Amino acid sequence: MQTLKPPERVAAMLRIRRFEEQCIRLSEAKQFPGHYHVYIGQEATAVAACAELRPEDFVFSTWRNHGHLLARGAEPARMLAEILGRSGGYAGGRSGTLHLSVHELGIPSTSALVGGNLPLATGAALACKRRGSGIVVNFFGDAALEEGAFYEAMILAAVWKVPILFLCENNSIPPEQRKRGQFTSSTLPTDRLGDVPRSLKIPAETVDGADADGLADCFARLVQQVRSGGGPRFVEVRCTRWPGNFPLWPELPGGEWQVAWAFGQKPDRDDLAIWLEQSDPLLSYIRKAVSAGALDRAQVEAVDARARAEMAQAVRFALDSPFPAPQEAYRHVWAQGGQAR
Amino acid sequence: MKISFAEGLAKAIYESLAADPRVMLIGSGFMGLNQAARETLDPVLRDFADRIFVTPISELGLAGAGIGAAMGGQRPLVDLSTGSFVFQAFPQVVNEAANIHYMTGGQTAVPVTFHSLAGMRGGGAAQHSHRAQAMLAQAPGLQILAPGAADDAYYLMKWALLESMNPTVFLSHAMLLGETVEVEPGGSSLPVGKARIRREGKDVSIIASSITVPRALAAANALETEHKVSAEVVDLRSIVPLDRDTVLRSVAKTGRAVIADECHRSFGVAAEIAATLAEDGLALLKAPVRRVAVPDIPIPYSAPLEAELTVTPEKIVTGVLNVLGR
Repeated sequence: MQTLKPPERVAAMLRIRRFEEQCIRLSEAKQFPGHYHVYIGQEATAVAACAELRPEDFVFSTWRNHGHLLARGAEPARMLAEILGRSGGYAGGRSGTLHLSVHELGIPSTSALVGGNLPLATGAALACKRRGSGIVVNFFGDAALEEGAFYEAMILAAVWKVPILFLCENNSIPPEQRKRGQFTSSTLPTDRLGDVPRSLKIPAETVDGADADGLADCFARLVQQVRSGGGPRFVEVRCTRWPGNFPLWPELPGGEWQVAWAFGQKPDRDDLAIWLEQSDPLLSYIRKAVSAGALDRAQVEAVDARARAEMAQAVRFALDSPFPAPQEAYRHVWAQGGQAR
Repeated sequence: MKISFAEGLAKAIYESLAADPRVMLIGSGFMGLNQAARETLDPVLRDFADRIFVTPISELGLAGAGIGAAMGGQRPLVDLSTGSFVFQAFPQVVNEAANIHYMTGGQTAVPVTFHSLAGMRGGGAAQHSHRAQAMLAQAPGLQILAPGAADDAYYLMKWALLESMNPTVFLSHAMLLGETVEVEPGGSSLPVGKARIRREGKDVSIIASSITVPRALAAANALETEHKVSAEVVDLRSIVPLDRDTVLRSVAKTGRAVIADECHRSFGVAAEIAATLAEDGLALLKAPVRRVAVPDIPIPYSAPLEAELTVTPEKIVTGVLNVLGR
């Protein structure tokens, strides 16, 4: 099953990439203070996974959540306003980038703690099982396997046979490529991540994060298994880290992504050129669809123009959104109903 | 009708399961190693087996699963077993549950209840005797209920499971499970967040919670019969929310305050009450406030060593006589 047609899939991936580029620009312009994580290079994963979901399903994400939220239908303008700490953001400026959540889209809370969301996602899957509808897609990174919470959640999910897809986006840097002063990478004694869930009788597989079609097929199959009561599934998506995500703070090596790169031109930087050729899911999907006659350059240009315009408008909305009044700091500690005053 | 703390708790759990299909149990120990108390849960185990989820020993995972299930529309009660084990679950309890409503800007509520069988229980030693309420109270967003008797074990647990929209840590005390009080059938509770005056008095206010409530009452009886002192006993019932008003009103009446608390002395619940009296009640006080609390020492195993650190009625009496200048 291919839920998305090629122009739709390109549009969904490009929206995420253009959004993240704006984030980097806004951070470089000192428009927001905190550290942040971008999803460039992993877009195909969120797009393919969220395409399989229904409104009653839940998504649990991490600090690298922008792509997951956009693929699930969040508004880029409100996301950017939140990232800038403005009143128009989804949490009125209380969460920033780290905890971006959209309750009405089934993203009830986003934990920025390594491994923190796995027990939460497992519990939401237990709720799905009890009510008899919905599943959970639980995104996390390879470093989650370094935490005890990962192991405990796997055990509970397996014992309770809850409907959850554990989706590990492995963007670790191979040990030989690691350098001092970069952002961290996981330190695991194995590169066979599926062995841990497999030992707990959770079926596990590995898929290439640069292969959009392969991801779509894989997630369609796994989501169907989870939805039909098969219990938890684990999938490791192997992503090759985008060069802009090596430094402590994200950078745009070679500037913004160019449609021309998918049609023969090359960027100035060698590391980026290699990554684009071997590991960029967006570029390889465009090339594949074009050569199959399912897409042409004009369509890509048009889709890109729309994505750029949408994100430019989102930036304007975010910058125009006022900062919250200081008194807003005191609101939303307690949910109403039952709370004694 | 007299019921025990364990019976109050079990009755609240049973009635909540019966009243709302969203109530579910993650684990079902609750009563620790107390066989008589465990038997009070037999009707729950018999009638609601399909609402009880068996649990490995995974406090971190269980706490998180309770939070996630609450976000998914359920109303879970999570058995975190012995009070000290809340530390195994701390990242989920204080860094997820407490923060979620706030950091989502009010989008998501987390009506989960964590049950913790806390306290110095006789031979628990350093790793099974904690009373974590003061540490937990440093995580804004958590409600902390610490009933001192069976009536409030019943009322507060029912409220947590059926009405509360916020994450709650429910602290039962291992030494309270067999304690009985008179409960009126069909009676109603005070609102949550209101302290209960367990005994009226005019010379001194003894402020207590959880296990120190019956010990404060025993002290008050001894003070009356042996020393002709009339002591008022304020049962806080909940640590968060904390009913500062009732404490201040009681001290306005008596002019003296002794705080009996099983937390460690420094930075504990007693310290917070003392700070409240210093900030808002100094003019009410005829004598300095006194804390009767556990010294800042890990809990030892041997009976005489543990007894040395325990807050007893005798120590509360001594504290009261001290503030009275006797």
